[in-house]
Amino acid sequence: MTTVELRNASRWYGNVVAVNDVSMTLEPGVTGLLGPNGAGKTTVLHMMAGFLAPSRGAVTVDGAPAWRNPAVYRRLGLVNEREAVHGFLTAREFVELSAKLHQLPDPVGAAKRALELVEMIDAQDRRIAEYSKGMRQRTRVAAALVHNPRVLLLDEPFNGMDPRQRMHMMDLLHTLGDQGHTILFSSHILEEVEQVSGTVQVIVAGRLAASGDYREIRRLMTNRPHVFAVQSSNDRRLAVALIGEKSVSAVEIDATGLTVRASDYGSFTRALPRIALDEGIRLRRLLPSDESLESVFSYLLEA
Amino acid sequence: MSTVAYITARGLFGRRRVLLLLPLPLLLVGLALICRAYDVDPADWGTPVLVGLGLAVVLPLIALIVGTGVLGSEVDDGTIVHILAKPLPRRDIILAKLGVAVLVTAVTTAVPLFVAGWLASSVDLGAGLAAGAVAGSFAYSGLFLLLSLLTRRPVLLGLVYILVWEGLLGRFVSGTRVLSIEQYVIAIADRISPSDLLTGRVSLTVAVIMAAIFAIGCTVAAVDRLRSFSMAGETS
Repeated sequence: MTTVELRNASRWYGNVVAVNDVSMTLEPGVTGLLGPNGAGKTTVLHMMAGFLAPSRGAVTVDGAPAWRNPAVYRRLGLVNEREAVHGFLTAREFVELSAKLHQLPDPVGAAKRALELVEMIDAQDRRIAEYSKGMRQRTRVAAALVHNPRVLLLDEPFNGMDPRQRMHMMDLLHTLGDQGHTILFSSHILEEVEQVSGTVQVIVAGRLAASGDYREIRRLMTNRPHVFAVQSSNDRRLAVALIGEKSVSAVEIDATGLTVRASDYGSFTRALPRIALDEGIRLRRLLPSDESLESVFSYLLEA
Repeated sequence: MSTVAYITARGLFGRRRVLLLLPLPLLLVGLALICRAYDVDPADWGTPVLVGLGLAVVLPLIALIVGTGVLGSEVDDGTIVHILAKPLPRRDIILAKLGVAVLVTAVTTAVPLFVAGWLASSVDLGAGLAAGAVAGSFAYSGLFLLLSLLTRRPVLLGLVYILVWEGLLGRFVSGTRVLSIEQYVIAIADRISPSDLLTGRVSLTVAVIMAAIFAIGCTVAAVDRLRSFSMAGETS
């Protein structure tokens, strides 16, 4: 069993703190690294993969430091976000060369197995430069898997994939996780993480905001108040009517309209048209104003 | 190590940049052929063509194109990560890339310099120039390989070294010649085949020792630099 561990790891670039005092241990199975863009996910992955030195703290793979230690790549595979591949090679050549660089005893066989795993056998003899984004991504996953690493780190692996490829990649990660591999993938899309992994590490503004079972975190998220911007033909009367509704916890009124805080998303969105109808008020605009991932994360951070 | 060399060579010859290797050697040989065909006295054209063009321009520029091409291009487009994420000693990666750079530079420069030297004077002069070019290939390649890891603009810095340090300062400030690979190459070629067309301005001992320091020192520094190769995160 291979363990990847971050112990109070921080990383800064000049005055900018990218990762701030993060501690986490990756266990076998699939873990999602979730966070908005710019949160520090890539920095965390790069530190784990030995491509960045922590400014403070320690990043280890089975107790050995990841930084300046190429031996970790025997147990670790990396698919980074930047999709740079040697475009002049075919997928088969690319994966076979990866196998040779790993000094595997049977590079041809290992490459074939890895390409089968990502369903790239049919297109394996075409030049990578001719591939779609998803095919390139799968080729890179095959190259990262060719030596059957215990740990696989993937940075935004679903980017640019069509739904079928996405599904296939999710299945692949599930299978590898079930086989006892330690898989960490980053994503800024909640639903992706929800579908692939039970365990998540949520990172916001360089800090670990939440960690553990996805359902627990989700519950925390659904408890937060939902904020809506509402405009109507009579904002003041609507405000009075809304405050009597159980799912509404606060109403603010200003020149642009109403800001409504609702404790229950579903009840409020069902009640609003009914109330408007009863009061004879015409609704002009209804906008959930804090549904962005960033606001969910900031809520988690405050929680 | 051979796999890294193979990928490097395919990467180098797979880019359009490799076409830049052709015109300069052709120009060198072409000029020598024209001068020879019109029976121009080698004393008039030998030094400007062999030294002014061959050793001051063709050799360093080709070494720059190749030296930055074997590593700098991969660092630039990010493909280097595929090689670095393998359990390979960084020394082996640098040596493989340096090997390709030296071989390609030496072949591309020593052959035309040999032909031009032969046309200007004798086979001996050609051999001297070719030997100098091989020594220069080691020193220049080491330097440009290291520059690829030290800066995001290795070609620009390399050009500054070639044009400003060697080309400009080397002519007017005698002290800078001790750190000029071009001067080592001239000194080595002049020693192997003494000729009026070449004027070594540093001693052979200085030339050999300094060329070795450039080649070995830069390689050692490049290995150490590659060990600490960092990929910036999204927030950088």
